[in-house]
Amino acid sequence: MTATLLTFYLFSSVILISSLMVISSKNPVHSVLYLILTFFNAAGLFVILHAEFLAMILIIVYVGAVAVLFLFVVMMLDFNLSREKDNLLQYMPFGLFIGIVFICELIIVLINTNLDLANIQILANPFSNFSEMTNTQALGSVLYTDYILYFQLSGIILLVAMIGSIVLTLRERTGVRRQIIVNQLDRDASSTELKEVASGEGIDI
Amino acid sequence: MSVVTLIFDNIFIILTILMWSIVVFIPILIGVILAVYGDRKIWAAVQKRKGPNVVGPFGLFQVPADGLKYIFKEIIIPDGSDKVLFIFAPILTFGLAIGAWSVIPIQMGAALSNINVGILYIFAISSLGVYGILIAGWSSNSKYPFFGALRSAAQMVSYEVSIGFVIVTVLMCVGSLNLTDIVLAQKDIWFFIPLFPMFIVFFISALAETNRPPFDLPEAESELVAGYQTEYSAMPFVLFFFGEYANILLMCAMTTILFLGGWLPPFDIAPFNMIPGFVWFLLKLLFVFYMFAMVKAFVPRYRYDQLMRLGWKVFLPVSLISVVLTSSVLFFFNLAPNLI
Repeated sequence: MTATLLTFYLFSSVILISSLMVISSKNPVHSVLYLILTFFNAAGLFVILHAEFLAMILIIVYVGAVAVLFLFVVMMLDFNLSREKDNLLQYMPFGLFIGIVFICELIIVLINTNLDLANIQILANPFSNFSEMTNTQALGSVLYTDYILYFQLSGIILLVAMIGSIVLTLRERTGVRRQIIVNQLDRDASSTELKEVASGEGIDI
Repeated sequence: MSVVTLIFDNIFIILTILMWSIVVFIPILIGVILAVYGDRKIWAAVQKRKGPNVVGPFGLFQVPADGLKYIFKEIIIPDGSDKVLFIFAPILTFGLAIGAWSVIPIQMGAALSNINVGILYIFAISSLGVYGILIAGWSSNSKYPFFGALRSAAQMVSYEVSIGFVIVTVLMCVGSLNLTDIVLAQKDIWFFIPLFPMFIVFFISALAETNRPPFDLPEAESELVAGYQTEYSAMPFVLFFFGEYANILLMCAMTTILFLGGWLPPFDIAPFNMIPGFVWFLLKLLFVFYMFAMVKAFVPRYRYDQLMRLGWKVFLPVSLISVVLTSSVLFFFNLAPNLI
């Protein structure tokens, strides 16, 4: 138990420090890297909760794919490192507003769910036969039965987002010579033409 | 209770973890040395050369000698680079390449940690590998490393998608994310026979994922000097090199586990099942590595748009269709593994 406690303090302190560094570091690339560190340690917290499937998915999806694209974009930005005036206080009112909204939402949720702290174990392990199946199976057995509608809805939302972003960025450029593999492979000796070129004169094609 | 006493109470756990880390590290170190040697020998043989044959018997000490030479060289850090990240990138690549090996079972029950989500763990760790390259390219503050890093990021993200779907098809036939279960599910038939197209897709995607030729665009020497490694010298370069080969071996091990039946013998009859499992595992791993080396020797490098076309327009639809096809077959022929 104490080892778990130790790792919990390690992960959560790294999360706190690195998420502070995300908003306070001058260099945007460093910010993204601190964000990745935060994701990574959050996955560590999931592992402590025995939710190893969620931990791995968090790393694969957020760290392995989303944050790579973040880093990809931020790396190519032409940012100015010597902006001295840009201090944290400038964004304080807006940040404070967002923070207060989040805290209010958390409080509302906590009041409405009627959290029974004595039975916290039931909340953590909602399956009676949890010892018999892995948490991947447990997740799948409710996700594809009780929550199938929400699952499909979120899929459709993602599909719409994907199609939307493709539509926004797709543009047909004229004057671009594309490689058409089929045409290339279809060529044989009959489509070529041999021409005699006189020495020193060249030829127009 | 203070943190110090906590650490002190668990000193034995920490020491055990350290000891096991060394137990994992030493075989990988030897494996990588032999892999580099084998790679060079095979490559040379294809081109009718002799390859390393001077240092030690059969040139076996060439690779350790090269390694020692690099270790004793001076580490040059470019003036305009982001110095902390510049040093951090090779360490990250190296650490991730070693870390993934902790879940690979080389024999029944012979994995350092037999976790429930083993295959996802390996997938996650290998998807993190791109950061070593991205950070190296950016922190070098030089154009060639930067181009190399950008190419590499796009390439690895693209091919990860098809690797993910290939893993999904295998997992549907197994019904578990545990690596030992995946191997045991192939007792009757190795998965490369029923899932042969997926085996091919996985093999080619593994080449792209490890930046091996013909997909070694991130370090294409004719265009980008040495890609993301351009500014690296001495020890950091060795770490990159080591991490790269450890990753290649990891991909070979993953191919073995997912498609070639891991430590299982080809036929479960007398002369074959007398041989211990790890020998079969290593033989299969060597076979896959031989194919990796042969591809390097005789396939010309892809152009960048060809690479992207192959990833997104060929492998992604093929693997998506195969997910649907495999699940339909499993469902309608009642072959799906029974869960719960």
